[in-house]
Amino acid sequence: MHLELRDIHKYFGRVRANNGINLTVEPGRIHGILGENGAGKSTLMKILAGYIQKTRGSILIDNSVIDYNTPDQAARHGIGMLYQDPLDYPVLTVLDNFMLGQMSGVRNKKSAFRERLKTLAETFRFNLHPDTPVAMLTIGERQQLEIMRLLSIGIKVLILDEPTTGISTMQKETLFSSLRKLASEGESVILVSHKLEDVEALCDTVTVLRQGQVTGLMDTPFETTSLLRMMFGTPPEPPGKIGVEPGNIVLSMANVSALGGRTGLSDVSIEVRQGEVVGLAGLEGSGQDVFLRIASGLIKPFRGSFEIQGQVMNHKDYHACSDAGVAFMPASRLEEGLIRGLSITEHFALKQKQQGFLVNWKNAFRKAESRIDTFNVIGRPESTVESLSGGNQQRLLLSFLPQNPALLLLENPTRGLDMESVRWVWDHLHTYCEKKTSIIFSSSELDEIVMVADRVLVFFEGRVVKDVRTDETCTMELGRAIAGRV
Amino acid sequence: MKTAGTSSVTVWQYLIDSLVMLLVVFAFTTFVLFLVGAPPFAAYYYIFKGALGSWIKFSHVIKAWIPLTLCSCGLLYTFRIGLWNIGVEGQVMMGAVLTTYVLRLGTHHSSPAGFLMLAFCAGILGGALWALLAGYLKTRGGVHEIFAGLGMNFVAQGIILWLIFGPWKRAGIASMSGTEVFPTQLWLPHIPTLRISPAGLILAVAAIVITALMLRYTKIGLSLKAIGNNQNAAYLFGLKPGRYMLLAMIFAGGFAGLAGSIQVSGVYHRLLPSISSNYGYLALLVVMLSNYNVWIAPAVAFFFACLNVGSIQLPMVLQLDSALSGVIQGILVLATLAVQGLRILRKDAT
Repeated sequence: MHLELRDIHKYFGRVRANNGINLTVEPGRIHGILGENGAGKSTLMKILAGYIQKTRGSILIDNSVIDYNTPDQAARHGIGMLYQDPLDYPVLTVLDNFMLGQMSGVRNKKSAFRERLKTLAETFRFNLHPDTPVAMLTIGERQQLEIMRLLSIGIKVLILDEPTTGISTMQKETLFSSLRKLASEGESVILVSHKLEDVEALCDTVTVLRQGQVTGLMDTPFETTSLLRMMFGTPPEPPGKIGVEPGNIVLSMANVSALGGRTGLSDVSIEVRQGEVVGLAGLEGSGQDVFLRIASGLIKPFRGSFEIQGQVMNHKDYHACSDAGVAFMPASRLEEGLIRGLSITEHFALKQKQQGFLVNWKNAFRKAESRIDTFNVIGRPESTVESLSGGNQQRLLLSFLPQNPALLLLENPTRGLDMESVRWVWDHLHTYCEKKTSIIFSSSELDEIVMVADRVLVFFEGRVVKDVRTDETCTMELGRAIAGRV
Repeated sequence: MKTAGTSSVTVWQYLIDSLVMLLVVFAFTTFVLFLVGAPPFAAYYYIFKGALGSWIKFSHVIKAWIPLTLCSCGLLYTFRIGLWNIGVEGQVMMGAVLTTYVLRLGTHHSSPAGFLMLAFCAGILGGALWALLAGYLKTRGGVHEIFAGLGMNFVAQGIILWLIFGPWKRAGIASMSGTEVFPTQLWLPHIPTLRISPAGLILAVAAIVITALMLRYTKIGLSLKAIGNNQNAAYLFGLKPGRYMLLAMIFAGGFAGLAGSIQVSGVYHRLLPSISSNYGYLALLVVMLSNYNVWIAPAVAFFFACLNVGSIQLPMVLQLDSALSGVIQGILVLATLAVQGLRILRKDAT
């Protein structure tokens, strides 16, 4: 089956997740879709699988335009998707799950399905017993089950979204060999991944996406440097750093491990000194979020020790860490940072520290007015926070930061800001460094980290795989580390 | 300064929505009346006349309005922080129980006024403690407040029945008509001709004003709103959500307990199995219908009180069950929730 996507656009409000994407998938090929988080990969695949609707563009199968709106209709055209989290029913058995969506009418012979499942499993050398409850399977085994179910309902184009996350090396080998087998039988496979190694090991062709557009197409053999450039863009301009002489140790972690996020955090040992700016690089959810939440007291580590200015903080909560001089700014503005339904004035009123039973509305209003002015927030003191645009919400969050913290923990502090605002934000943040505050921030923009940070920690699958000074490295080297190549 | 001013467009929208809603309720109720073969307009007329047709009837409405308003005020605190304090019914009952306990001690005492004051404090305490227990189950035990509240309502009802048929039974007999009636000096003083107790009325009005001021001008009010709107962010702003939840429960329970005290000392002058008269559940509907607004709630409570009192007439004059008021109230709330849901859907769509 020859599949073609022409000029696909998908807008979420003002966000252009897909902006004119063209893609051709030949039968019998394994086609990789490579890109950072937020590049538009998952959106494109969900459109293809009928899970979401495109804003504009067309999908062609064997050179004729087809239209469908649901995953079920997509499946009838032979397009099926294996999601990151398998969509199955844990309480049912392997055989029951396999039968779902395939039964028709009233009489359904279980034995026939059992036979079909057995044959398929043997072809791919999957070791699955039909009567095991799905709840007892590993993620890898659940994938195997879902792949067999999709093939059994007649899928000709199989989409896999980050299939190697959370499965063992051996299961990965089994998965890859079964995908190769599928391709050799004339089916098409689309592999979505941000891991270079997976794509290089398996794919015949790779399409690279960046910011919703196709930035490159390459056949095997792949050239890593070119792929990285397509993924992360051009090398950055000369860095503008503050370069404050590092002082005493502010934050230290020794062998810290914790649960949480997608990957947790394992065995991290680092020290951060006064005046240092440390950037956390890595694909979103590789452990940076957990790291920042441990340092701010929101997640308690189960192993290792963690100190703020020489004080052990392992079992202290967020409020104790705040008192010790730590300030945290979360990435999800309306989920964690701001309170929907409350005005800017009300937010400043909440921040008021003075004693008393009554709210000092006059004071809060004046503070809101002056901060709105200083931080260039487009809004009025009485505006509710959800009425502000994303960039203005971000600026408002920055205006809440205390005057003299010992440590600032910022999660994607410049997300959604244009270049000029980014420069303004960093000029502002660097004034903190002069007051000996240390800053640790995460960013999905490698360029930004190299530009403004003194030091960078690269996270991969919950571990810190690289810890270097930014003037002793380059984006290429960091890009490799982000993709798991140290 | 409190929140962003609602623009004129949304105000119009609100009015139109409310109008549509009332029409729907009116149409549906009329349909139900047709279905049972009753003349709808006569029914409406008798409800109106039954509620506001004379000063005596009006005084009955006020008697229902007082506990309804008190419970509604209390619920505003818990709704503000995002808690569904369905246990308000039980909190009224426990307020009534503790009030009865104190008043029984004071039957032969020389200063009845002092005992009445003490009894009211006990009522507030009873409701607050009962609510606090549900709050602890929520914050420490992870029990959802709806289940905790509902369960504790049954326990409170059980306690009342046990007291009436056990330790506090009337001399010689025990019956559903309740405990022994208190001596008149322990009755809440009321205006003789109208049978309205000024103290109850003053307490209800005070509750409205205090609640409005609390929610608007104090740090507690602001914190409740912040936590109710976004618990995670409020925590990052330095608030402790668990503590404020308990505080909100104490306020809700306190006001409900006070309603129980008034029911015992001002209305029935004894403890009855149905002492709460379902005013707690009704108050939940009142608050939802008033869109959680402290100034609209008393008006809605008055309307509901009129429906309740007015429909007492129906069985006599039209051979209709007085449950009709419940039907109207239920449809009203369902229609309100549907309109609110539609409003959210419309907002998401744009």
